[in-house]
Amino acid sequence: MPITEKEVRKIAQLARISIDDKDICSYEDQLNKILAFVDEMKAVETEGIIPLAHPSEETQKLRSDKVSEKNQRESYQSVAPTTENGLYLVPQVIE
Amino acid sequence: MNLPNSVTEIIQGFENGKFSSQELTKAYLNRIDNLDPEINSFITVCHERALLDAKKADRSRANGSANKLTGVPYANKDIFCTKGVRTTSGSRMLDTFISPYDATIVERLGSQGMVMLGKTNMDEFAMGSSNETSFYGQVNNPWNTNCVPGGSSGGSAAAVSAGFTPVATGSDTGGSIRQPAAFCGISGLKPTYGRVSRYGMIAFASSLDQAGPMGRSVEDLAHLLAPMAGYDSRDSTSSMVKTEDYFGNLEDELKGKTIGLPKEYFSTNLDRQVEGVIEEAIKEFEKLGANIIEISLPTTSLSIPAYYVISSAECSSNLSRYDGVRYGHRCELPTDIEDLYKRTRSEGFGEEVKRRLLTGTYVLSSGYYDAYYRKAQQIRRLIKDDFANAFTQVDAVISPTAPTTAFKAGEHQDNPVEMYLGDCFTVASNLAGLPALSVPAGFVGGMPVGLQLIGSYFQESKLLTLGHMFQKSTGWHQHFSRDESKGAQ
Repeated sequence: MPITEKEVRKIAQLARISIDDKDICSYEDQLNKILAFVDEMKAVETEGIIPLAHPSEETQKLRSDKVSEKNQRESYQSVAPTTENGLYLVPQVIE
Repeated sequence: MNLPNSVTEIIQGFENGKFSSQELTKAYLNRIDNLDPEINSFITVCHERALLDAKKADRSRANGSANKLTGVPYANKDIFCTKGVRTTSGSRMLDTFISPYDATIVERLGSQGMVMLGKTNMDEFAMGSSNETSFYGQVNNPWNTNCVPGGSSGGSAAAVSAGFTPVATGSDTGGSIRQPAAFCGISGLKPTYGRVSRYGMIAFASSLDQAGPMGRSVEDLAHLLAPMAGYDSRDSTSSMVKTEDYFGNLEDELKGKTIGLPKEYFSTNLDRQVEGVIEEAIKEFEKLGANIIEISLPTTSLSIPAYYVISSAECSSNLSRYDGVRYGHRCELPTDIEDLYKRTRSEGFGEEVKRRLLTGTYVLSSGYYDAYYRKAQQIRRLIKDDFANAFTQVDAVISPTAPTTAFKAGEHQDNPVEMYLGDCFTVASNLAGLPALSVPAGFVGGMPVGLQLIGSYFQESKLLTLGHMFQKSTGWHQHFSRDESKGAQ
């Protein structure tokens, strides 16, 4: 089933990307091309096959629950667009 | 000075006092300054820092504290975080981003005393197969500047090919080391998933991304892989499997080795002339004593659809971090938090990245998850099982790296799917997590053709042997796209 203009707007909202009205059609067209080609997957029966999320078969190594990194807040915040008193600034969220 | 052709030659040059690291570094920097405007393979060139590092390297050579690779120049794909040097991932989103830390591989190569010449151009966030999606402009193929160099590690591949750096790092999510290596006539290795640390490598699709070496010869790949590979506690997916001696077996005989030829790979969309080159290469392996048998990888035709679902899904999740709050681009005067997110992301990301974020968001969204994401993961298991089955009979699987030689810039502009289909031989090894090597195997119409060898888990050494012995007998890797004597003065 092809994706509609309404759905393109919905996913754009979910992805927090704004799309100009004039570009909606071209996204709709390209996404439909991509999905039509992805639909080839339907050709193979996968009933009962356990999905593979990751190629590694190793168990991830756990470390002890100890502080291993030093505090580098200043250095990490030095690349932020705006900060104040060690906090990241964003437009007001709660009235 | 005439630039040396390999890392091995550089090491010998240092040892014989033929040149110092400072002289060599200066020569490479000159060549970049003189010839890269035509290629655009670098986003950032580190003139001062490189010369300082080279000076330090010469000092350690003089006082006997040098490693084998001390003073050898190299370049990093701009996907690897470098402390103090801007890291853009080819995106406007990170145009001014200076990482507060080094990626593990940058740290490891640096501690060998290697000299970073700069950061190479790439498709935006590594999403692309042509290096046309970079915010910093397309890269031109040194063999024919009307053609693309491949992608996403197109800058690294073009820089090595044009002799701007002896070796470079790359990253490979669906062929991004191997396909540009093939298009530019160089060698490139995507190691086993987990072999090389991903710490500090800007994430695209975390279950597929893997860093690896790019160079002119397989021997040079071994030089670079040795310090890159190995367990890193800062990457939870890093493998604890012991690394191999990547040099020890390079000269092993191929007698007794079995190479599998997947019948599905020689399909209709493979260029006939490219196929001819690969057939010649197969004969060469037979001459070297290898046994070639036909195998079947039945699910292979579905690897591209499965790959695009999984990689888009993972990227839509990974790139949600670019919100204009902690680092990267932020839009001017946001009216509220929603406006901040949306305008920041719309301005910061290019078209291809947006397309993949939308695709990824769609396949993960409620109502579509099972039909797309889950289905793709089930196919991923079938692909992995196909390979597991094949590796009970063979030491490696052989195929072309790409179905064509480098295509013209702009050729696939209107239909992203056409571009995606070019990855048909490379994506399966990322889905399965297997190591794969691309080496030059000849030319079609003056453009290089790449040959791919896929190995079983953690058998990088075996692949390097096959590639090295092939190079020793064919010499295809010694065809260079640019006159070596120019531009270094």
